[in-house]
Amino acid sequence: MIKKIEISPENEKFLKKVNELSGQVITLCEQCGTCSGGCPLVTEMDITPSQMMRIVQLGQKEVLDYKAIWVCASCFTCTVRCPRQIDVSKVAEALRQIILRQAVDHIDIKAIPKEEIACLPQIALVSACRKFTG
Amino acid sequence: MNTTKETKSKSAENMKFPYYPGCTLKTTAKNFETSAIATARALGVELLEIPRWNCCGTVFSLAQDDLIHHVASVRNFIRVQEMNDYGLVKNENRLVTLCSMCFNTLKSTNRRMKDNAEDLKKINDLMYREEDYKGSVEVLHFLELLKSLGYDKIRDKVTKPLKDLKIAPYYGCMILRPKEIAIDDPEDPTIQKDLLEALGVSVIDTPYKKVCCGSYQTVKDKYIVAELAYDILSHARKKGAEALTTVCPLCAFNLDQRQQAVKEKHPDFEEMPVFYITQLMTIAFGLNKEVYGFEQNYVDPKPLLKSKSLIED
Repeated sequence: MIKKIEISPENEKFLKKVNELSGQVITLCEQCGTCSGGCPLVTEMDITPSQMMRIVQLGQKEVLDYKAIWVCASCFTCTVRCPRQIDVSKVAEALRQIILRQAVDHIDIKAIPKEEIACLPQIALVSACRKFTG
Repeated sequence: MNTTKETKSKSAENMKFPYYPGCTLKTTAKNFETSAIATARALGVELLEIPRWNCCGTVFSLAQDDLIHHVASVRNFIRVQEMNDYGLVKNENRLVTLCSMCFNTLKSTNRRMKDNAEDLKKINDLMYREEDYKGSVEVLHFLELLKSLGYDKIRDKVTKPLKDLKIAPYYGCMILRPKEIAIDDPEDPTIQKDLLEALGVSVIDTPYKKVCCGSYQTVKDKYIVAELAYDILSHARKKGAEALTTVCPLCAFNLDQRQQAVKEKHPDFEEMPVFYITQLMTIAFGLNKEVYGFEQNYVDPKPLLKSKSLIED
């Protein structure tokens, strides 16, 4: 017997939004786990990249509460390895953008010690601001 | 006679490239710039800094609708067009970068502009005071430029072969991924290995050569980066490497300066020097020690180099 997963209109709307922002067809993911296997930061994450993909497929906004989307360093390892040609880095970016566009920052730059700011390269500071603040 | 002279001067002019430094090459990675410009000059290549360049944005915006974040990169391409218009370079649209992050951002933006006429039009309309960007620029990493000169030419310039030096090249992410902008095979790159071999180095291969160093996570949590740096460096050490090379100022920071944080978590960790690949070129080419720039390296590479009789003091 075929079981059909029904997605509520609200969840469908969320899925569409992530599809649009990322430019990816998230339903193409077949949960092979290649992204999670190759992710250099997976040990720091609370859910794996493939779990993140599954939650988005189901249109569940709770995905935004996980630390994993912020731990992603946009290294594109998952991007080059995905057998379904999904750019998982872009999906993580879309999820971060959904939060950042509500003017909710992920880091407080002012809280970083001055001596730390002084030694960090500009590319580190600018990219962190681009990825973690809106 | 005249014809020969003309040909000669023309070929000398052909070796002038527009060069995009980016912010970090003027501060924490000044030694990368100094050593690269000196080695390029030794090979007959002039890296001409783009007048009025601005920050590229450091990361390529991955959201589909986020066009505003591509403006900074495109503005730099207009500067390259102007260099050609004003005769600073002659028909040279290849823009050379040293920093891997700038390379990734500029090349990804350029690709989006070339592939998407509508995006390009919107950006050109926004910068109505600038000349239109015509999509003529080609973004090149310095390693690609060296490869195009030919490793034989580089080998010929070596006066002090770096034999006995065991180096593991570290590539990081930004010159290898995504595939569309990669300068080499994303899974098995050899561009640094080929260059190092031309300098006489014994190259050590490690599977960690393409594993991310943690990038900008270094701002939020240095210990995330320290764990990755520990894996990358200690694995290279196990394989027999005495030092690492890189072409990214952020990888350099995470793998070199963050060794301090590595030692906090792993007291038995043994420090390892991290070079910009161009620093090794300056030694191999026998250039003036003023351009080595070792004072900016966190782990002092001089004891290693002295032990191999490659530098004097």
